[in-house]
Amino acid sequence: MNPSNESIVIIGAGHAGGALAGYLRQYGFGGAITLLGAETTPPYQRPPLSKAWLKDSADTESLLLKAPDWYRDNGVALRLGCTVEQIDARAQRVRLASGETLAYTQLVFATGAAARRLALPGAELQGVVCLRDLVDAAQIKAQLRGAKRLAVIGGGYIGLEVAATARHFGVEVVVLEREPRLLSRSASAPVADWLHGLHAAQGVAFHFNADIAAIEGAAGQVTGLRLADGRSESCDMVLVGIGAEPNSALAQGLGAATEAGIVVDAEGRTSLPQVWAIGDVTRRPLAHFAGLFRLESVPSALEQARRVACVLAGRELPAHELPWFWSDQYATKLQIAGMAALSDSTVLRGDPLAHKFTVFHLRAGVLCAAECINSPGEFLAAKKAIAAQVRPDANSLADAALPLAQALAPAAQHALAPSL
Amino acid sequence: MPHVTFIEFNSSRHTVAAAPGQSLMRAAVAHSVPGIDAECGGACACATCHVYIADDWQALVGAAQGNEKEMLDFANEVGPGSRLACQITVCAEMDGLTVRLPQSQS
Repeated sequence: MNPSNESIVIIGAGHAGGALAGYLRQYGFGGAITLLGAETTPPYQRPPLSKAWLKDSADTESLLLKAPDWYRDNGVALRLGCTVEQIDARAQRVRLASGETLAYTQLVFATGAAARRLALPGAELQGVVCLRDLVDAAQIKAQLRGAKRLAVIGGGYIGLEVAATARHFGVEVVVLEREPRLLSRSASAPVADWLHGLHAAQGVAFHFNADIAAIEGAAGQVTGLRLADGRSESCDMVLVGIGAEPNSALAQGLGAATEAGIVVDAEGRTSLPQVWAIGDVTRRPLAHFAGLFRLESVPSALEQARRVACVLAGRELPAHELPWFWSDQYATKLQIAGMAALSDSTVLRGDPLAHKFTVFHLRAGVLCAAECINSPGEFLAAKKAIAAQVRPDANSLADAALPLAQALAPAAQHALAPSL
Repeated sequence: MPHVTFIEFNSSRHTVAAAPGQSLMRAAVAHSVPGIDAECGGACACATCHVYIADDWQALVGAAQGNEKEMLDFANEVGPGSRLACQITVCAEMDGLTVRLPQSQS
């Protein structure tokens, strides 16, 4: 470890903050590290909360990023259950709600995002839940075991994953979505429609273009939803899964540039000197795509953590990574590589009826994303091809009888060939 | 408790106690073995817990199947004994197991 006079304070002990502390030590950073968490559990994996953890009897320990002793053994001051009240940029001090102050030379925001709340009458009723952390998940896990009918507000990943788990427990499920289809912001129409069919076959009911007027209850407990068109749905549990908002207020108060998220460069630098940000709270550039993106994704948070740790530990930066996402619903594995939202044409490979297919996305002929249903090999192959900015031949790509490696072979070579 | 050894690409060895029933990936993560990032937390979705099983252990550990096999068909640096550590369940007979990590996880 290289001795250092630096003192890094990381605000947020989620996946991003916890991983950053780990990479800093792994890369030989020898200064002080303080990791401040509002929750009372050491950094843990959040994705399983709506998937395997919710279904299984898996213990909390299996979710932890590091063994609890790791922090002490590696000189990381992990402070749980504490909130930051104020930051004095001039004095480079963070003040906690307890009144205690901590000095820093480098400050990292890893404050994540908070579940968006529903501003509706009845949102405070017993049985209305959202899912963001372990406390929420434990409550949902307990309630699902006695629930009869779950209403999911929002047809996004959290809602669909919990819907699948609820069906596993035999709970009836209805999903209410404001848009005309599922996953309108995060998956292409063919994939969303296929997932709709998957859930419908498992007995999940759907309302699209749903405008909810109120959550209704009796004796403080939720009993149903009332829609603006007069229809109603009875339920004894409501999951609100309508997205998340970045926890950027502290950084904004400090004067950091924000744009629905803290704006950072490729190495996690904010607009302020010695202030960094990583994870769901950031709006970040991507090596392979123009623009700034707020990604709610573990791989993105980990990539940012690695890059900030490299800079602060004086280590050579690794190659840029491609964004990717995954979801498990019933026995189906969905993996997405790249940014499907940027596509201008799609190519279907495989058979949706056989529950195994990939939707490839092209932008001006260049592969920009792949949404893979139960096709993990195609996912990994596509990830490499997207990073290499391959221009595949659409006919070869659609022909599942041809090896994928052949279809994705840098046909970009077409462009290079003449100059060779 | 069985002990298993992870050998990083730079030859650093990490011998850790693993609980039977736990995945080999969890055993590595619980002891902070560098090079096992396990980005997806064991969902067999990312291939960042790739290991090479030592020759004399391959029969006991077994070969990859299903999703894991498909992933390994397209993963980086796949070789004899390649497995994803999240898909291996530790058992008492694995005491002494040795696995190596690929360069891409260094």
